Amino acid sequence: MRGEIYPLFYTFHFYVFGVIAIASALVFVTRKSPVAAALWLVMTMFALAAMYVLLDAHFIGAIQVLVYAGAIMVVFLFVIMLLNLGHPSELADAQTGWWKLGAGAVGVALISMIATRVRADLPESLLVPANFAQTELANRNAVGSVADPLFRADQYLLAFELTSILLLAAIVGAVVLGRRSTPTRLTTGAATDAEKRDARDLAGVSGD
Amino acid sequence: MIDASLFISAVLFTIGVVGVLTRRNAIVIFMCVELMLNAVNLTFVALSRAYGMAGQVFVVFVMTVAAAEAAVGLAIIIAIFRHRQTVNLQNINLLRG
Amino acid sequence: MLLQQVAQAVAPAAESGPHPLAGTAARFLWLLPLLPLLGFVINGLLSLLPAFHAGPADPSAEGHDDPHAPGPVAAHDSAAEQDLPGHHDHGDDHHAVARHRYAGLVSIVGPAVLAATFVLAVMMFLAMRGLGQMEAPYVARYFEWIRAGGLYIPFALQLDQLSMVMVLVITGVGTLIHIFSVGYMQDDPGYPRYFSYLNLFIFFMLLLVLGANYPIMFIGWEGVGLCSYLLIGFWFSEKANADAGKKAFIVNRIGDFGFLVAMFLLFANLHTLSFTSIGARAGDLGYGSALVTTICLFLFLGCAGKSAQIPLYVWLPDAMAGPTPVSALIHAATMVTAGVYLVARSAMLFSMAPVASLTVALVGALTAIFAATIGLKQWDIKKVLAYSTVSQLGYMFVGVGVGAYTAGVFHLVTHAFFKALLFLGSGSVIFAMHRAYHATHSADDAQDMRNMGGLARYMPVTHILMWIATLAISGVPFFSGFYSKDEILGSVFARAHESTLAEAHWLGIPGRPLLYAIYVIGLAAAFITAVYMTRMMIYTFLGTNRTGDAERPHLAEAPWVMTGPLVVLGALSLFGGMFNLPELFPFNYFGLAPEGALHHWLEPVVGRPSLLITGGSEAHVEHGTELALIGAAVAVGVLGIVTALVRLRRGERLVPKARSPEEVGFQRVLLNKYFVDEAYDRALVRPTYNLSRNVLWRGVDVGIIDALVNAAAKISRGVGGIGSSLQSGQVGTYAWVLLVGVLAVLGAFTLRS
Repeated sequence: MRGEIYPLFYTFHFYVFGVIAIASALVFVTRKSPVAAALWLVMTMFALAAMYVLLDAHFIGAIQVLVYAGAIMVVFLFVIMLLNLGHPSELADAQTGWWKLGAGAVGVALISMIATRVRADLPESLLVPANFAQTELANRNAVGSVADPLFRADQYLLAFELTSILLLAAIVGAVVLGRRSTPTRLTTGAATDAEKRDARDLAGVSGD
Repeated sequence: MIDASLFISAVLFTIGVVGVLTRRNAIVIFMCVELMLNAVNLTFVALSRAYGMAGQVFVVFVMTVAAAEAAVGLAIIIAIFRHRQTVNLQNINLLRG
Repeated sequence: MLLQQVAQAVAPAAESGPHPLAGTAARFLWLLPLLPLLGFVINGLLSLLPAFHAGPADPSAEGHDDPHAPGPVAAHDSAAEQDLPGHHDHGDDHHAVARHRYAGLVSIVGPAVLAATFVLAVMMFLAMRGLGQMEAPYVARYFEWIRAGGLYIPFALQLDQLSMVMVLVITGVGTLIHIFSVGYMQDDPGYPRYFSYLNLFIFFMLLLVLGANYPIMFIGWEGVGLCSYLLIGFWFSEKANADAGKKAFIVNRIGDFGFLVAMFLLFANLHTLSFTSIGARAGDLGYGSALVTTICLFLFLGCAGKSAQIPLYVWLPDAMAGPTPVSALIHAATMVTAGVYLVARSAMLFSMAPVASLTVALVGALTAIFAATIGLKQWDIKKVLAYSTVSQLGYMFVGVGVGAYTAGVFHLVTHAFFKALLFLGSGSVIFAMHRAYHATHSADDAQDMRNMGGLARYMPVTHILMWIATLAISGVPFFSGFYSKDEILGSVFARAHESTLAEAHWLGIPGRPLLYAIYVIGLAAAFITAVYMTRMMIYTFLGTNRTGDAERPHLAEAPWVMTGPLVVLGALSLFGGMFNLPELFPFNYFGLAPEGALHHWLEPVVGRPSLLITGGSEAHVEHGTELALIGAAVAVGVLGIVTALVRLRRGERLVPKARSPEEVGFQRVLLNKYFVDEAYDRALVRPTYNLSRNVLWRGVDVGIIDALVNAAAKISRGVGGIGSSLQSGQVGTYAWVLLVGVLAVLGAFTLRS
């Protein structure tokens, strides 16, 4: 809505946040410390959230902050802290110079190719009217405009339900994978020393 | 703004790719993958302005799957760390042929 | 003009009705080769069965701990062992071990099969004789063997006068030799194997002479070569024997190559390989053309291999490593005469190529005298006979070379008689010597004449029979060899006088002087033949015995199973001349033998080619000349005998081999056979060996082929290694590969648009 009245305002801020996003991403990729990298990624995500809002995807912007930056990155940070990987001095992290050069070349090639494709015209037949987004936001509010297709049986309801099953599987998998094996007969009783050592190894480093 | 979004998305994606190729820490590589996913989300949202709500709906799905994937992936990395005391990918080469 | 007449005459008349021989014994023609084959199968099977139990007491076999015979001990240990060729000093020697279990059965099957074949052959001969003059051969086609494009070769056997003669000689002399072998090989562990090989040989030899076309003959040709190899190397555990077998086979093979090329040329030009068709169409090749000369020369190359002429005679003396009856059968009477048979069979071709015929005669003459000179200085009794065989074969080739095909075949027949007698007689001698040395556990050479002497006292029958054979081979009048040898020499002289050969040119030399030279060489060779044969008799049977005092009591005549055949052969050597008496002689055995019987008999087969050479008329010289020729031959023979007797009576001063001095000078050259074998070795064998070892084996096989195969393996391994390195287990590498793939796909899209 407001984009029509103050287009320059929106466009300018869009570019500002875009620059912030790119810069943050670059910094993120070059950090030695994983914690620093994670935080810079959070920064990138904030910038992206702002861009989403400027693109009239209010709900998505909010979700981005809540889920991505607020949950997923938090989990990442938890794991980094758990594994005690915070110290930048431990890791000489990046690969050798040739590798980086190659990666750079790949990057350049990728950008150029994508850029070429992006120049292509958008197919006409799928376009919706120009004020579509505003209309949607006006009719239903931000959440409703996303929820409506999501819960319609003839649109994305099935995918929604399947995704919930996927989440269930992921939860179960994560729990199983993360579980420490309970002490078995091997760590007690008449097992050999080597077997006990192996069992302890499997159970975890610190032996608890 | 759609053009600019697409361009920014491409750049972010490429940065993510370069990060995957360059870094050795498994968790950092994972985070680069998340960056790539975000770039793709930007593309979806940008194009949803032109093509309807499907784009934004799909972003919801992407985020969901990203969350699931992050959970499982990190669980795996923890399990590997327990075994090998390292998350340096160069040392994790049991699939070596 | 003459050629057309002859060709027309040879062309088979239109078949009006079946062949006159069709209903007679000849319809069992197929049985002739098949009976010996049956013998081969039976004896062969018997030889494969386990074999040993202690045989009847052989006085020289009991309580044996022979220092140089590992054979006996091993044989007793392993009851299931096959015949173990025992240890032998030289080929002929063997130690009595234990009698083969099936020896009795084999002794009956082996010779009986052959005797049955002989009886059948005689029946066919009588049937043929009853027909009077049989113009066309009796050809029996059995089945189609090869049909490929224009090549049609039926499996067909042909019976005509020439093959009848050969069959009678082969089966007759063969039966006698089989009977002799029963005695000679009685103690050999390989007894059934021996008889099976011998029967197989007869089978192939009969195929050779009965074949109706060149390929069938070639089957027999190769087959006898194979059997020769098997029999020469019969005691193969001695490397020298095995080497001799190999040498015979390989040298023969060179000749076979010539035979094959001649067959190819014949087929390429005449599109047929059967004798009757070739005889009819031979005129198409052109009289005296390069083509027919080439064909005949290649055929003669085959003969040179099989019949031991220069330059391929070197295998025959080495072939004496085989058992003596084998030498008698194969290398005196039958296999080596296959070459002469081939020339006689191909008479039409040879008579059309005067250059080739002259070549045959010339090589025959040179071989005759060359081998005769070598025989002058050999000490091994079998080697003397071997060189004698080579020399006499040379005579036969002189005969068929100058177009006197009947004379050549006649000499073939008489030579079979007296040479087989000589070989079998020497077999008896060696048998006795061997028994003597065995009894005293001596390791002396039982075949060396320096260890013999004065054996007439101990082996009188053999002594007399050997003298008969010696006189026959020397051409003493009224013995069989006299007639045949004289006919050859007379034919040479007659053709030198007047014939197409005399008119022809051989490498620029006119034919007439060449033929006269051949005649002179023949006379000289006859002289030397008489000398060395008499020398052999003197050293072996006359004078004082040099065997040794311990052995002397054991010298005795061989058993009758061996001496019996000798007697038969002796009679044949004595009276065999009556097969072809010259018309000059009034001595025709009281009317029993019409003059020139063989000549008339063979006329339908070789008569016309012979006429082609003599220029259309029977070669005749006046009576006076003929008497002079006969006189010359006789004189030469008698002179040779007398010379030997006079000069070598001082054989008294011979010492046994063990203490003999080394030969010096030209005698040494003769003893070493002019070092021909050594020359061949240097010039041919070693270069071939080096070529095959260094170039073909190391260079090509290992260096190229193996290298290629190894390279293929290495490349596979390398590629696999590359692939393996892709599986580094490093996730980073995998990400790279993934990215490169994405770029490729994107690039494809980009480029496409």
